[in-house]
Amino acid sequence: MTQKGQNKMSEPVSALNGRSYDGFACVVETGLQGMITIRSDLGSKPLSKALKSLGVSVPKMRSFAQADDVMVAWMSPDELLLLCDHARARSLTAQLEQALAGTHALVVDVSDARAMFTVTGARAQEVVMKLSPIDFATLADDEIRRTRTAQVNAAVWRSGADQLSLVCFRSVAGYVMGLLEVSARKGGEIF
Amino acid sequence: MSTRLSKGGRLIDRATSLSFSFNGKPMHGFAGDTLASALLGAGQSLLGRSFKYHRPRGLVGSGAEEPNALVSMGRNARFEPDQRTTTTELFAGAELKSQNHWPSLNTDIGEINDKFSKFLPAGFYYKTFMGPRAAWKHLYEPIIRHSAGLGAAPKEADPDRYEQAYTYADVLVVGGGVAGLAAALKHGAAGKRVWLVEQTAHWGGRTPVDGGQIDGLDPQAWVDQTLTRLKAMPNVTLRTRFMAAGLHDHGYVIGYESVGETAPDSGKPRHRLWRMRVGLTITATGAIERPLAFAGNDVPGVMLASAVRDYVVNWAVSPGDRTVIVTNNDDAYRTALALTEAGLTVPAIIDARDSAIGELPELARAKGIRVLEGRGIARALGRKSVTGVQICAQAGEGGAVEDIACDCVAMSGGWSPVVHLWSHCGGKLTWDDSHAMFRPDPDRPPLGDQGQAMVQAVGAANGMLQLQDVMAEANVPAFAEAEAAMSAVWLMPAGAGEALKAKAFLDFQNDVKVSDVQLAAREGFESVEHTKRYTTLGMATDQGKLSNINGLAILSDALGQPIPATGTTTFRPPYTPISLGAVTAEAKGDLFQPLRRTPIQSWHEAHHAHWEPVGQWRRPYTYPRGEETHRDSVNREILNTRENVGLLDASTLGKILVKGPDAGKFLDMLYTNMMSTLKVGKCRYGLMCNENGFLMDDGVVARLSEDSFLVHTTSGGAEHIHGWMEDWLQCEWWDWKVYTANLTEAFAQIAVVGPKARMILERLGGMDVSADAFPFMAWQEGELGGIPVRVFRISFSGELSYEIAAPASRGLELWEVLVDAGSDLGVMPYGTEALHVMRAEKGFIMIGDETDGTVIPQDLNLNWAISKKKADFLGKRAQERSYLANPDRWKLVGLETLDGSVLPDGSHAPLDGFNANGQRLLQGRVTSTYYSPTVKKGIAMALVHRGPDRIGEEIAFQGENGMVACRIVDQVFYDTEGAKQNV
Repeated sequence: MTQKGQNKMSEPVSALNGRSYDGFACVVETGLQGMITIRSDLGSKPLSKALKSLGVSVPKMRSFAQADDVMVAWMSPDELLLLCDHARARSLTAQLEQALAGTHALVVDVSDARAMFTVTGARAQEVVMKLSPIDFATLADDEIRRTRTAQVNAAVWRSGADQLSLVCFRSVAGYVMGLLEVSARKGGEIF
Repeated sequence: MSTRLSKGGRLIDRATSLSFSFNGKPMHGFAGDTLASALLGAGQSLLGRSFKYHRPRGLVGSGAEEPNALVSMGRNARFEPDQRTTTTELFAGAELKSQNHWPSLNTDIGEINDKFSKFLPAGFYYKTFMGPRAAWKHLYEPIIRHSAGLGAAPKEADPDRYEQAYTYADVLVVGGGVAGLAAALKHGAAGKRVWLVEQTAHWGGRTPVDGGQIDGLDPQAWVDQTLTRLKAMPNVTLRTRFMAAGLHDHGYVIGYESVGETAPDSGKPRHRLWRMRVGLTITATGAIERPLAFAGNDVPGVMLASAVRDYVVNWAVSPGDRTVIVTNNDDAYRTALALTEAGLTVPAIIDARDSAIGELPELARAKGIRVLEGRGIARALGRKSVTGVQICAQAGEGGAVEDIACDCVAMSGGWSPVVHLWSHCGGKLTWDDSHAMFRPDPDRPPLGDQGQAMVQAVGAANGMLQLQDVMAEANVPAFAEAEAAMSAVWLMPAGAGEALKAKAFLDFQNDVKVSDVQLAAREGFESVEHTKRYTTLGMATDQGKLSNINGLAILSDALGQPIPATGTTTFRPPYTPISLGAVTAEAKGDLFQPLRRTPIQSWHEAHHAHWEPVGQWRRPYTYPRGEETHRDSVNREILNTRENVGLLDASTLGKILVKGPDAGKFLDMLYTNMMSTLKVGKCRYGLMCNENGFLMDDGVVARLSEDSFLVHTTSGGAEHIHGWMEDWLQCEWWDWKVYTANLTEAFAQIAVVGPKARMILERLGGMDVSADAFPFMAWQEGELGGIPVRVFRISFSGELSYEIAAPASRGLELWEVLVDAGSDLGVMPYGTEALHVMRAEKGFIMIGDETDGTVIPQDLNLNWAISKKKADFLGKRAQERSYLANPDRWKLVGLETLDGSVLPDGSHAPLDGFNANGQRLLQGRVTSTYYSPTVKKGIAMALVHRGPDRIGEEIAFQGENGMVACRIVDQVFYDTEGAKQNV
């Protein structure tokens, strides 16, 4: 019986299982994404050392730093968000916890608390500017905006030349997908 | 009669004919027409009936100021009332209907109001329908509401889509006339991020109609050249059909863009509402011409002089063959020149000034037009359309010296700068006597965050009424015919008697006349704001764009004070009405508000859950099977859980990680009981109060490690409690070493509840869940069925219970594994109602049922959970206040109805007598009430005065049909020893 249940599915699933929509830009729920919240004194040496071992430095206010397989983003004066492969999040959490063991810090795997989307295309920002108060003209390439998307929290950054990435809480993934779909619908191009 | 001219029309494309209908009659116009120009071009000058007296009305203006020409547009779901024909572009298939008449536009019963208008003066309703009191609601109001109102309300949901967008600019220039274009060019060339927006579909504003020369060019050529330069600037954004509706603090501007208005099925959003953050707003919003107040100035065919030449020049529409001009300024002579240029007749120009000797009057005379000086119109003749005017001396009382036949009257009482945006955020005005107008006072602008001027007015909006002055502001050479001084005329003729004043309209849309404002002044309404509300002057959908200055000039005269002493009413956003659809934007239907979903939601949907809203979550209330009623399915779920095993999706529970050397100390402050003594691996139930001592949240805390705790909150309370924690940590105890993280959504949480719960978990395997290895109020981490889990042995039902937290990405998998594994054990999901009933059977409180923000833990007999050892916790001092510490409070007890029935929720226990406010005295109220299938009768909890001292006593509560006798009992109805959960 247990066997039967396990056969049904034994893979972790993201909130929307990779749903996508093609409008005047392409919206994709990107599936499982590893995410780790780090709360610490951002000036602490063990922290910068731990991040350095992953190939990134402590990001400056409102910015993010990237290596091949991780990205670390500034969330607040004492909080960072580290993005990595979903499968690696558990072990990386333990590794960072170990590295910061001697300091006052909180490291926790929040991969499953979130959903992540990309909006891709030459008009990608026309989709997001309908939902989030972001001044795209002044948004730097390494900047991350903690903001809102219509009625819910979100973080937004440029993840490519014609691409924006957006993170929200998992329970509202369906709502955010709906927002992005209606905003990307053809005929709604702004410029 | 109005008609389309055979040539001309700078804005229309005669090659593209568009058909539309008015009151079912087919008509056609051209691409580039507004609804107004198309109607007028099709010979339709009677467009509606006035609001109060049902007088026939036609177009007065040609733009946003139009008070009369509102129509209903579309049908069924696309029906929309009160569309301003002057600002709505014509599109193929437009269906228009006139408003405010019955049975038809031409024959209207309500017109009788006009005959009795002397009995319907300002304040008529206030004075007449005072009593008897009850008659207002049942008699007067329904009748008045039936007869009043503009268009009808649409009855179907709007099928169109709307959206909003955010943008940012250094400089926003509002108005695409020559002043706005020049301002945009200047700031664009300086490298600023500029937005230039224009409410109509065309650039250039009035100047191409009014003529002159700019920088050696014809105005249109200069507009085209400037547009080309602006379009070449990547830092400049140009938008037409874009109205700046309001200006708010810190340069926040609301813009309203018409996108798909004229193409209903194109897939474009109909309107877009812009939310702009702007450094400097430049208002180049122009000026609006004022009507003249003479008797019959509302008869169809009497129009603003500027509008008459707009229709002729822009759309090749003649409002009439013979147009009499009446004016107090030189500008209106341009209308006479435009009309003669188009081959139309101007029988006379009636100039209220004693002499008209400027450049423009001379040009008119040179064309052979008769100019009458020192004259006014005593009254306009005609009812459904103007047939002539009676001429009188402006200085006199209206004795007619001559009648002149005409079918159009073009009037001009001077111009008023559009100061709305300037004024919205506190910009002040100054009175300009020479032009009889309020203009922005540059010394008192609206201020931004640094105390800087955040609005600058230019062009006619700044009181520059001549082209050369407008362009001089922008350092561009220009000239037009020089204008001689105007002379203020507020009433025509100056000595008009009562009969004339009672037909001299100030506010066309709300039917307010000169006599009404004078009556208000006589009755003591000295403040312009009071007069406005008493007479309804300026309160219609046009918000007094034409009537404001004329009305307060009449009021000032009646009060014997200068106009600046009277002041203006308040200018409020939006400048012109904006659609509710644009305000709503995406927030409708499924996106009305965020609906939070647990990882197991799809399973609940597939199994026909009936939903209960809990905050923004939808939780299964129950899972009815087949024809089962909700009550039956709830009872089934309860009995099955008590006898076999039930599953509850508890993922919505708040889960907050609290970590740090001071975490224990922090939780000791947050909770009323002691959390720092909790051992690693154990759970403890706790209560949280706010600083006023009132119970706010409850839940189970698990100690994860020496310095970390997992705090469970109520489903609705997670965000609030997390914010509450951060507030204390950031603002009060900033030096405590504690970090928090809200992990609510990271985990799916499933309660496996009932005597057979352990059997299911054993079948999954991976963890020793025996009573010895895993006692009550402990938690363990491990794997169940190969899924990583953290299991808490806690119970909210009184049964053997395990709450299993798994990563959200594997929550559905775990649920399905549990359902499979327990299928032969009778496993069933249960919903929130079964949860509620089972906790009530056990006497457990529920935040929001037993608490309402005025209840302290002591009221609920929870003293056991309030530490006496702790020096302090949030709420402690408040609970020591005399009123809260008083034993004479309402306290929690159980209730059993003597007949076994179920009490209504919220039912009261009345006492004899009344309090000082005349309210019935009470001694208790029901907080929770259910049918318990377990004990097979109605059970309830209630807050009762000194309740616990009165166990066994009988007490009467209000039932559905009369009083219900109850017995006060202990609140625990089931398994009072608590044996069942601890096995």
